[in-house]
Amino acid sequence: MANSIQQIAAVTAMNLRSVPARLGTSMVIVVGIAGVVGVMVALFAMAEGFRSTLAGTGRADRAIVLRGGSNDELGSVVFREQAQILMDAAGVRRDADGKPLALPEIYMLTDVPKDDSPGPNNVVVRGTAADVFKLRPEARIVAGRMFQPGVREVVVGKGAAAQFPRLAVGATVDVRDGPWTIVGVFETGGDVHESELWVDQETLRLASRRNAYNSVTVQLDGDAAFQTFKDAITADPRLTLQVQREPDYYASRSKALNDLITILGYTVAVIMGIGALFGALNTMYAAVATRTVEIATLRAIGFGAAPVVLSVLIEALLLALAGSVVGGAAAYVFFNGYTVNTLNFQTFSQVAFAFRVTPGLLVQGAVWACAIGALGGLFPAVRAARLPVVEALRAA
Amino acid sequence: MAESVVSLRGVNKSYTRGKQSVDVLQNLDLEIAKGDFCALMGPSGSGKTTLLNLIGGLDRPSGGAITVAGARLDQMSSGKLAQWRANHVGFVFQFYNLLPVLTAERNVEVPLLLTNLSKGERAKRVHIALDVVGLAERARHKPSELSGGQAQRVAIARALVADPTLLVCDEPTGDLDRKTADEILNLLQVLNRKHGKTIVMVTHDPKAADHASHVLHLDKGVLVEAQAKRVAGSAA
Repeated sequence: MANSIQQIAAVTAMNLRSVPARLGTSMVIVVGIAGVVGVMVALFAMAEGFRSTLAGTGRADRAIVLRGGSNDELGSVVFREQAQILMDAAGVRRDADGKPLALPEIYMLTDVPKDDSPGPNNVVVRGTAADVFKLRPEARIVAGRMFQPGVREVVVGKGAAAQFPRLAVGATVDVRDGPWTIVGVFETGGDVHESELWVDQETLRLASRRNAYNSVTVQLDGDAAFQTFKDAITADPRLTLQVQREPDYYASRSKALNDLITILGYTVAVIMGIGALFGALNTMYAAVATRTVEIATLRAIGFGAAPVVLSVLIEALLLALAGSVVGGAAAYVFFNGYTVNTLNFQTFSQVAFAFRVTPGLLVQGAVWACAIGALGGLFPAVRAARLPVVEALRAA
Repeated sequence: MAESVVSLRGVNKSYTRGKQSVDVLQNLDLEIAKGDFCALMGPSGSGKTTLLNLIGGLDRPSGGAITVAGARLDQMSSGKLAQWRANHVGFVFQFYNLLPVLTAERNVEVPLLLTNLSKGERAKRVHIALDVVGLAERARHKPSELSGGQAQRVAIARALVADPTLLVCDEPTGDLDRKTADEILNLLQVLNRKHGKTIVMVTHDPKAADHASHVLHLDKGVLVEAQAKRVAGSAA
């Protein structure tokens, strides 16, 4: 066994030492696989960034209530009477004054012009309360001030402000029924709310001539409170509503786009991977052809077929891993943290998010690289092992 | 009678080219004694390299029995044959076949990687082998930095280093000028006479064959009778 390992190590070391002499052909594997891994990791980093932005929204100790059967806030209606019943339901935490920590909200879209995007750019407008920070302590004003109740004022999420230059403090934006003044910028720790415009709920209700809310978000009163709250809603015949923990709701909002990007990512990776595979096969066949006499000499001296096969495979794998490191590093340098906005076609609204190149994605890239390297090295390795020694020596 | 290192009985070797079968060796009987320096001569296509490959365990016969260093090579699997070569045969090729990325000492060390010797023991043996061929001072040079004669000396050191039963040399001077060829042949002669190595050498060159203790002539796959008898008689 020790002898076999010694043989494999010796032949592999000889192969690797000859790589500089074959740098051009060896780079075909490295560059080809770097391309596959770079593109794949970048695409999945986009999906991961989008998913984590939505999945990172909300807290497990808060619940959101929508109309039964509604998939999202846009298609949901919660009547004012229902909202009042919800706020008084069991399981909802109350503040020091005995008021329920619950927030009925209006959710609608508005088109915000963008110089480099002539199409409609739907941005979420959330009609909320000026003291929203009680329910969402992760939110804070980072520029300007909070809107005042009863006034047509807007605070803009940090992500929306970054993506839409026109949403600057002091500017106006058409929310409903004319221009509204932007008075501040808020952040919520990078979650999906940062892509929204927040306005006074009552002012928005009047301007949009609505008589109902889209959702009610409540602060749960302890770990067991979710079930208590849910049971209370289910048991009340006046309420045909559904309740979800906030993180579950927001995670489900990313599923369709996430699935699409994932399918796209795998499709591109497979197509590019096939190209890289042929590159690897070509390179390793060339590597074996270049070393025909060396391999035959080693076989003549007494080296077995297995060390020859494994040494070629190991060389292909190491070159593939080098490609994976280059591709992964390029994806990290160029895309990690890169902020974009896209249309979430489940809500028809723009969501700003940052690409996230995670260790898991880099490992996934390395696994793909190894698979391509192993396949690309296997057939040339078998050919190397099957070289008829006598004929190969004659080629000297 | 001296102990036989190589024994061939009724050996045939044929190749198939397309639909035709070409007989390269026909019903060959041969004995080579331990400590012999045997030259194989003959015109191109006479089968001398094929015979050398069979003796060195690189190829298998189509028929007959080959016994070398006490082992029946015609009955071995290719894996066993590789192991057997590692233990019993040192090869010297016409074009040296050194590994270009390795230094002289690393090239010489290659056969020892198939043994269980420690790194220190390997280094000691490599030094001795290079010393025997007179190239100890060129140990750190790569093949591209050596002359043809020096490269062939390194190849001979590689063939010697594991102390094989048999040295198999295929046109070892075929790529060298007369003077260098003579130096290499003298070295082989020293290895044979002083160190007792059994050598089988294929050559086209009658002057090279003069360094051998016996000469076998092959023609169209058969040993030329008079010469074969002389060898058999000498070995007896």
